[in-house]
Amino acid sequence: MNFFRYLGQWSIARVTTLGRAALFLYELLFASWRRPARLGPAVAKAFRLVVQQLYSVGVLTLLIILVSSLFVGMVLALQGYNTLVDFGAESSLGLLVALSLARELGPVVTALLFAGRAGSALTAEIGLMKATEQLAGMEMMAVNPMTRVIAPRFVAGLISLPLLAAMFTAVGILGGHFVGVVQLGVDEGVFWSQMQGGVDIYDDIGSGLLKGVVFGFVVSWIAVFEGYDSVPTSEGVAAATTRTVVLSSLAVLGLDFILTALTLGEI
Amino acid sequence: MDRKWLLETWVGVFVAAGIAALAMLAFRVGNIAEAEVRNPYEIRARFDNIGGLKVRAAVTMAGVTIGRVAGITFDSERYQAVVTMRIDGRYDRIPTDTSAAILTAGLLGEQYIGLEPGGADEYLKAGDTIEITQDAIVLEKLIGQFLFNKAAETPPADKPAPLPQ
Repeated sequence: MNFFRYLGQWSIARVTTLGRAALFLYELLFASWRRPARLGPAVAKAFRLVVQQLYSVGVLTLLIILVSSLFVGMVLALQGYNTLVDFGAESSLGLLVALSLARELGPVVTALLFAGRAGSALTAEIGLMKATEQLAGMEMMAVNPMTRVIAPRFVAGLISLPLLAAMFTAVGILGGHFVGVVQLGVDEGVFWSQMQGGVDIYDDIGSGLLKGVVFGFVVSWIAVFEGYDSVPTSEGVAAATTRTVVLSSLAVLGLDFILTALTLGEI
Repeated sequence: MDRKWLLETWVGVFVAAGIAALAMLAFRVGNIAEAEVRNPYEIRARFDNIGGLKVRAAVTMAGVTIGRVAGITFDSERYQAVVTMRIDGRYDRIPTDTSAAILTAGLLGEQYIGLEPGGADEYLKAGDTIEITQDAIVLEKLIGQFLFNKAAETPPADKPAPLPQ
């Protein structure tokens, strides 16, 4: 009997958290959009806050994205070449590298790295703000922490991830070009012309961009929610940070399948 | 040079790099700059059938890439394809009686143009046309011809094949 009780407890806790997350998102998206008395200064201030967060969320994530994309592209070219050369089809190497990066690896690996590098930092920062009662202090001063703290971080994540994913894809293709053309001697013109012939701007690059936006939304949402919802102790913040990385990774991989099935339209 | 200036500049660089990456994906992956053919000159060749030849395919001589296909047009007077090739200026000693063939790299690879030099003393100049050409091999035609020849070889059932003399 106890087993069922625990199962019930666990389920109710999960569903409650899901409900809190949805309400949190609602407030983040709509309630914080109350029209301020003077629009101009409010917009300028919001812009400044977002720029600040773009630095800590986007710029500081740049290095890990660029380095890993270079190596992912290089490994992709090396592996692809060794398989394709058996069929005498190494001229398709550029197409292989570009399609796998633009459609899948670019957005997905970027989102996973982003969750580990920026999402965890967001959760820890907001969780610590809550633990040290800074959020409560803001409310005491009639400052809405939702607009002052949460929304800029969410928007910065939403903007950063698609841009980072595009950079990942571009640098990965350059890495693949380095290994394929410079090292392994695939013809340069064929490398690019096959890529150009096979990559569609809307179907491939567009769907990659769409994935970047969706992943940015989900990862940022999970990160700021887990921070905001964390138990305000050092253990609570640690648990929330772990949950951010785990849940974001699972959500990204699951959503990736759904988005791929939708964009390819074959299921 | 305060901290805020630095931060805002970095964000600017970040956003610009992101947009540049998108632009590269759109243009570079979609449209490649001319693959290093220096001081090119253009020659033409006429084919009855170019198969799957594409613009930017390689033009080779003795297996070495010496140029690129710059354009493919259709001549509606003669019902032929006119392929314009841009040849690297270093290779300006191609005899006028050179022949051009459309070949395939590997079993499933890209199609390219292979040039076979002739023995003439004069060389092709910009705007000249290669007269001797060999079309792309179309697999269906090849199989059809093979079957036709097979059928022609096999003697009809009611008339026995003549005995060898």
